[in-house]
This record gives sequence, C-alpha cells and structure tokens, in this order.
Amino acid sequence: METITNTLSYISIRNQESISLSKIPILTYGKFSTEVIQLMKEPQVHCVNYFAYPDGEILKFICCLADDKASDIKVFSHELPKREKMQLTSITREVYAFHIYEREITENFGVEFIYSPWPKPVRYAFNRADRSKVVNDYPFYKIQSEELHEVGVGPIHAGVIEPGHFRFLCNGETVLHLEIQLGWQHRGIEDLFLKKSALIQRTVLSESIAGDTAVGHAATFAGLIESLAGISIQDRLNIERTIGLELERIAMHIGDLSNMCIGLAYQLGASVFGALRTPTINYSQLWCGNRFGKGLIRIGGTHYPLNVSLVEALEKYLNNFERRFITMAEKMFSLSSVLMRLENIGTVTKTQMSLIGAVGMSARMTGIERDVRKSHPTGAYQKLPYAPVFDISTGDVWARAALRRKEIVASIDYIRELISMLKTNNETPAKPLFEDNIKLSSNLLSVSLIEGWRGEICHCAITNDQGKIQHYKIKDPSVHNWMALALSLRDLEISDFPINNKSYNLSYCGHDL
Amino acid sequence: MIFDEIKILKQHGNQFIPDVTKPQLPGPFKGRPEISAEEVNEMALASLCPTGAIGTSPVSIDMGKCVMCGECSFAYPNKIKFTTDYKIATNIRERLIVKEGDINPISIDENKIRAEIQSLFGRSLKLREISAAGSNADEQELNACGNVNFDMGRFGIEFLASPRHCDGIVITGPISENMAEAVQVCYDAVPDPKIIMLVGTDAISGGIFVGSGALNRSFLEKYIIDLYVPGNPPHPLTFVNGVLEMIRGKKKN
Ligand code: SF4
Repeated sequence: METITNTLSYISIRNQESISLSKIPILTYGKFSTEVIQLMKEPQVHCVNYFAYPDGEILKFICCLADDKASDIKVFSHELPKREKMQLTSITREVYAFHIYEREITENFGVEFIYSPWPKPVRYAFNRADRSKVVNDYPFYKIQSEELHEVGVGPIHAGVIEPGHFRFLCNGETVLHLEIQLGWQHRGIEDLFLKKSALIQRTVLSESIAGDTAVGHAATFAGLIESLAGISIQDRLNIERTIGLELERIAMHIGDLSNMCIGLAYQLGASVFGALRTPTINYSQLWCGNRFGKGLIRIGGTHYPLNVSLVEALEKYLNNFERRFITMAEKMFSLSSVLMRLENIGTVTKTQMSLIGAVGMSARMTGIERDVRKSHPTGAYQKLPYAPVFDISTGDVWARAALRRKEIVASIDYIRELISMLKTNNETPAKPLFEDNIKLSSNLLSVSLIEGWRGEICHCAITNDQGKIQHYKIKDPSVHNWMALALSLRDLEISDFPINNKSYNLSYCGHDL
Repeated sequence: MIFDEIKILKQHGNQFIPDVTKPQLPGPFKGRPEISAEEVNEMALASLCPTGAIGTSPVSIDMGKCVMCGECSFAYPNKIKFTTDYKIATNIRERLIVKEGDINPISIDENKIRAEIQSLFGRSLKLREISAAGSNADEQELNACGNVNFDMGRFGIEFLASPRHCDGIVITGPISENMAEAVQVCYDAVPDPKIIMLVGTDAISGGIFVGSGALNRSFLEKYIIDLYVPGNPPHPLTFVNGVLEMIRGKKKN
C-alpha cells in the first residue's frame, strides 16, 4: 500500500466501480492541488465530485475527476486533522469549477479556503459549521453607485415553482450581474441517507432528491448500491431502466418546450407541447402507477417488468407522440416571431461553460461534447451505444430549445432500438432485492454517474469496516449549471430573465438537497 | 401557412376531460388502499414500511404518511390492495387512516367545512402556492391541474402570484427550516378569511423526511388545515376533486 501512495498520484476506476479505500492515494495538499490543476487543463477532464467527510479525528477529502476520452474516473485524496481552525489554499483561483465544492466544504466543516474568490454559503445546511450564518442574511455582491438599482425576486416566485432568490444588479433595464441564492429547499437528504438505513427508505429518498428526476436519481443510487454489494443485474433490467430514463427525458424536455412557449406567449406551442407531455407521463403511470416513475427503480430487480402489452402500448405512444411532436416542432422553429425571441438571447460561450464545469444540456448547447451516456456508459448504454446530440453550439436560448427538440427525437429512436433488444431477450424478470439478500462490502468507495435529463448525476458512497454506509454524497447537475443561468443574464434586458430561466429549468431541491 | 396550424389543431383534437369526477386510472395507480382480514405477521408488515405509515391491531395505513411505494402490497398481496380510487382528499386528518375492513371512500366532512368557504369561494377560489422544500413533483402536478386536460380554471380555481389577491395558501413539501419564515410571511399577506391546504404526503406528515434536522413544521401547529390532499405526488384529479368538493359540496359539482 505504501508504494502505491508514493508512486501513483491517482487511481483509475470505471463508472459504477467500487474500490477499496486503502487503494486511494493520499497526497499532500500541495501535490493534490498541483495534480488537480494539471489534470483539469485537459478539455476532456472535469470534476464529478470533490467532498470531505469526517473519519475519527481526521477530515478526509476525496476528489473524482472524469476523463471523457479514457472513460475512467481518476480518484485521489488528501487529509487534514480536525482542528478549531482549518485552512487550505483555494484551488478555485486556478480552476473555477471548484468554487462549489470548496464552498460546500467550508459550509459543512468550517475549512477556510484562503484566497477563495467567492467564499459564499451554498445552501445553509442544518448541520453547517457556522450556525450564525442564516438563509435570510446572504452576503450579496454589491456595487456602490447612485445610478444602479437592485431587483430582488423570491424565495417565493410568481408561478408554482420551487423557491430560490434572484438578485439582479441593473443599470436601467440592463442586468449587470445576477446572483442566485439557494438553500431554501434544504431537507438534509444526505444526512437522512445515513439515518434511514433500510434499503427501501434510501430508495424512496433517492426518488425524492428531485421529484422531476425520480428515475435519474434512483437509477444512479441503484447503480451505486449494486456496485457496493457486487450484484450484477440482468440485461433485461438494464434495458428497462434505460427506457425509464429516456422517457423521463422526453417528458421533461417536452414540458420545458411548452413552458418556453408560455414565456414567448406562443399559445399553440404551449398547448400542444403541454398536451404531449400528458401521454408521456401517463405512460409512466400505466407502467408503474406513478406519473413520475416513482416505484420503477428497485435494487436488483423490478416490480414492473415491461410485458408484451406494455411494450405494445409504448410503441403506440411513441408513434402517436412522434407524429404530433414533429409537426408542432417544425412549425415552432420556422416562425420568425418565435425565433426572434430565442436567437442571440442569453448567450454563453463554450469557454465559460467549461470553466464553470457545466454538465449535460448546459454544456452541450455550447458545443462541449459531454454526455455520460457516451463517455462513461453503463448498462444498456454500453451494449447499445447512444449517439449524443453534439451539433448545436450557439449557447443561446435557441440552442437550449433546439437541443431539447433534437434530444427528444434521439430518445424516441433510441427507445425503439431498446425495444427491439427487449423483444429478443428471454430472461425471466428478476424481483427486487432487499436487506436479506444484500450485503455491502466494507471499506469501499463507489462512484455512480448517470446522464439524467438535465445532465450528469453523481452519487458517491463510502462504506465503513462493517459494510455500513459511512458517507453519502449526492451531486445534481444543477449544482454547476446554476452559474450558467447567472452568466446568461449578463448585459441582458431583465425582461429576458423568465425565458432564460425556463430554458435552463434547473433544480432547486437537487441543489439544496 | 395557415394549413400547418389546421393540421396541428386536428392532431391535437379535444384534450379536456369533460367530467373530472369520472376518469378511470390504470391498474398500477395507487389510490385508496383496502386491507383484508387475512392473518399476517403484523409487526413484520409494519416494519417494512419506509415511513411508518402502517399501524397494527387492527392493521391500518395512514395515507398522510404513505409515500405509495407499494412495497406492503407486494409483500402481502392478499392483505393489502391499492385501488385506483383517487378521490382521497379530506378535511379531517383521521380520515386518512384506512383500517382493516374499510371499503368506503375517503370523504370530506361537510359539517366541518367552515361556513364562509362554500359561500365565498364556491364559484371562485384563488390560491397562492408555496413550495416549502417541495420536490417539484407536487408542484408540476399542481401546474397540470390548470393545463388543457384538467383545466380547473373552468371551475374558477386558479393559482395567482400575489398572496394579496388570494383566498388561501397551498403548501407542498415538508417545510424546511429555511422556508419557515417565508411561509409565515406569505400566509400573513393573504386577506381573511383564508384557507390552508396541504398537498402531498411530504406536506401532510413530512413523509420520508420525518426526523430530518432541516425541517421546521411549527407553522402547522398554529392553524386549522382545511384540506389534506395525499399522494406522492397527488394526482391532479385528487386535487381538483378534493377542492371542488370542499368549495361546492358533493351534490353541486
Ligand atoms: S405503500 Fe405506503 S403503506 Fe405501503 S409500505 Fe409503502 S409507504 Fe408504507
């Protein structure tokens, strides 16, 4: 073990692979930061997680960098004895995408990152190190000027949506800076993952991280637990889970297109896309009883195998949906009155998105080729390669709408291919596994990545020497992508905020946990 | 060309549900449970529930706590069956507890509805929704209540932006500590008389989040709750039917 820690600065693992904690190299902080800065220079590398967890008298820090070309995840760590005053030199100055991780570590454990350019609270977690910081007293960025004014919105918004606070610094109608303050939705989920130890409790929790991504988060959780327990699942189950993931994508993308049309006051698009969402989520209800796919994902098996009649209903739904969707989308994207409100509005660049570590749609719409389904495929994505939509790059509201349009079509085609695979599969569907049949191995780290509809979801877990989960870490794609919305608003008319916000549709609760 | 629009409208057809009290939901949908008299190991049954919704002797399910994971009915299929009855909203918290042998619908106690609710809000009810750590599933279903399918606007029921223009609040989510003050401020801003509805299991009991140190549910101890709408998330039909029954009574629908 000694030799490993001395010679290698990281260990490579695959997505949903577990490794023994003793194999993770422990670097000095100096070496650690040099390594991060060096590796993050490569455009195909991005950080999927960097977190701290207490282990006795020591605070351990684990960093996971995904390499999209090598399809691996490079894992390494550093340590700090727990003290009253803990300080490290900030990496954010060199690697902007680290701001969110360092801020979270500061908030949770009181570690100060010196020279951090943006040392702000993240979500005011209930178990934060400094209880004197409260959600109603966030240190907003300010500019002293007689000519500027501030506009504050939230936490409660006009519509029926989740709470968050937006603070605009404006020069007349033009937004100079938008700061987004979150944390209102904090439910203490990561802590509950440790407190509630029954598998079904954790499964239900995973479905509740973000109710609009119930399948995405539950599938990420399931992949993680199955890896820690060394369970390999049926091809059939992989195919069905993937169909669930792609249906969730279609449902959310079409709902977002409808909401964007509402924002544009384009009534026909709003109604038709809205009505097309209904058969999508109703299919989910027909399949598993829930319009959001809750109940669909269980460890090791399923209560709801896709039988012949369900497959038939799925094909019928896809055909009907596709026909109606294509006609409506063609119309929408050909109307100059619509395009005028989409093109060159809220533009962000590829460079900006790679600097903030954007993932999923928020990365792809600027031309970054980042998609876990291709770079780190698991399950059915491994057997049946998915070709991501990589040909949109304008970074404006139009790009975000057009990407959804193309991804819906890609998902329909992909589900059809999955159905053909399913038709030739003769495995008898396995039932879900519970405590009696599952044992997590001890002293492991596992990392699970799934491309949810918003982007890359990452769950990490660490087991202790009794095989119990000692630390659970969740990262929703929105954690990075909220900064993209803030950047989109720079130098934009404040009245363009709603359409930009809808074009990202980021998760508040996924961020706040 | 206008022909495109005609084609789209033809494909679109009529989407609205003519009578919201009538639609049937498909088999796996979990609505009101029915619990048979079959003898089972009650402790084992109760302990498998992720939210402690199952009570013993006699066996009962508290729909205000149930997250509809379905595990109890998979493990004990002859003991517990979920029907597709989605009309499960009520104004009496105890009525959400379904006991062994209960096969009657969950209903609203008309005698307990405050007099001003039906006289003032029967034809028009404007609501301010507060997502207090809601997961965006409940919120999306509430938005769906106003879409072209369920179209609750035709009954005068609508969500508005300003609490000052509203007749009450609808809370989703288990109410986080960080939202506690905002919930109170928003409620205070609604003019009297005003109503409170809790929508979704998370709001009614805290759901899977019970025991979290990040919640503050003290607001709920101060006021009468006018309607409980269970579900994870509640189906739009559960919400629309529950609200209609509350503001118009059963017959006048
Ligand atoms: S369906 Fe409801 S009562 Fe049954 S186990 Fe799940 S949460 Fe408990």
